[in-house]
Amino acid sequence: MDQPQVPLRRTPLYDEHVALGGRLVPFAGWEMPVQYKGVTEEHRAVRTAVGIFDVCHMGELVLWGDYAADVVNYLITNDAKRLMDGQALYTVACNDAGTILDDLIVYRVSQTKWLIVCNASNRDKMAAHFRAAAANHCDFDDASDRTALIALQGPKALELLARAGGDGPALAELPAFHFRDAALANVPCTVARTGYTGEDGVEIFCPTDGAAQLWRALVKLGGPLGLEPAGLGARDTLRLEARLSLYGNEIDETTNPLEAGLGWVVKLGKGDFVGRTALERIKAAGLTRKLVGFEMTGRGIARHGYPLLDKVGIKVGVCTSGSPGPTVGKNIGLGYLPTSLAEVGTSFEVDCRGRSVSAVVAKTPFYKRSS
Amino acid sequence: MSSDDVRSDRRYTNDHEWAKEDGNVVRVGITAYAIDQLGDITLVNLDVKPGETITRGKAFGTIESVKTLSDLFAPLSGKVVEVNTALETRPELVNDDCYDRAWMIAVEPSDRSELDGLLDVTAYTELLKKTAGH
Repeated sequence: MDQPQVPLRRTPLYDEHVALGGRLVPFAGWEMPVQYKGVTEEHRAVRTAVGIFDVCHMGELVLWGDYAADVVNYLITNDAKRLMDGQALYTVACNDAGTILDDLIVYRVSQTKWLIVCNASNRDKMAAHFRAAAANHCDFDDASDRTALIALQGPKALELLARAGGDGPALAELPAFHFRDAALANVPCTVARTGYTGEDGVEIFCPTDGAAQLWRALVKLGGPLGLEPAGLGARDTLRLEARLSLYGNEIDETTNPLEAGLGWVVKLGKGDFVGRTALERIKAAGLTRKLVGFEMTGRGIARHGYPLLDKVGIKVGVCTSGSPGPTVGKNIGLGYLPTSLAEVGTSFEVDCRGRSVSAVVAKTPFYKRSS
Repeated sequence: MSSDDVRSDRRYTNDHEWAKEDGNVVRVGITAYAIDQLGDITLVNLDVKPGETITRGKAFGTIESVKTLSDLFAPLSGKVVEVNTALETRPELVNDDCYDRAWMIAVEPSDRSELDGLLDVTAYTELLKKTAGH
């Protein structure tokens, strides 16, 4: 039986992907490029030069008003009150059970205006969550449909922006996790020094009707610098090497941020927030399992969902993500293991569809950029 | 290698394996189209040994690229007489030369007529056209 035919949505860059030879696949309800020239080549371009990614499918939620800061801070685990205007932070939003609804980047435009970027797969859920919390307290708008997002990632990303004219040259001064308005290729944008690859780079917001113009300009200017358009495949191997969690793999509504290694975005002392009581209880009780990075020592590639086995072959955990790491040159993965087996250097087995393949808990991130 | 590269000296399955007569045996591999779909091949696992029998349509191994894993299905039944162990250490051979050096297993067919039941190059080319137009 064929899957039921749900119409897939196309980003404003759809025609660009087709023109560049991208292979389009369904992803979170969107038709997205999984690769152009090949995952490995695109991965290497991002590590050594610069890659451009269509991330228009991400959700953009806006809250504004005198109480917007309080509403935002009540829904996230990190502390938004630490932010200054033009600064952003990574966080998760939990439910009352302390498990993860989504991971987000929260941008303080001003004390009274906040932008939340959420995962495409969670957009409807998070829009409803923020809209409900905003009711009677502040204004809310789901701006996703009119907001495009393009990521430029790699050691030459800022050099490329400097060539894009307008405010491009000044963007090299933008500190990590800061953002500002800028004009690039005559398109009004907001540029943030953030990303999901482990490399330096930016993510650029612009109106959907300017996205293709900006994309084409960056692709053209980036050519001499070794730019490659990069798809979801490379995005996944890049973030895995950098040990960045993917919602639906490492984190979901069955995992809490403490066991996921995201305790650094949980500020239990900041005042009340959704999930705080549960997270305090989880912390006091001690973790039973932890998200670990691992390397395959035997011949095999761990994949999402493969069981992790102890030395005698009993299932003790699960692989959340796994693939070859093109830059680290090893088959790597992430997965949950009991805390007693989570120490770096601990050997265990991965059940690769019936074949038991050896692996060892490894230090993460697997890849860290040198500068 | 282009994804529509096909050879007239062999037969094909709907799952994009090829089967080629070579003396008494039939060598088995996967097509350029299959490789184009998979991308960079990173691992080839051949789960059979010489002397073992395989059954048409049953998996005899797996092939993995950076993103995905795919089963390898036997195009015909018979006794495995040779396994290309070079692919264990050099999976990239599959990307480089899928129709020759990256053959996977050599089989002594139990029923040679099974080979005639597979797609010939014209039928396989048609299949690729239909797949592309889908």
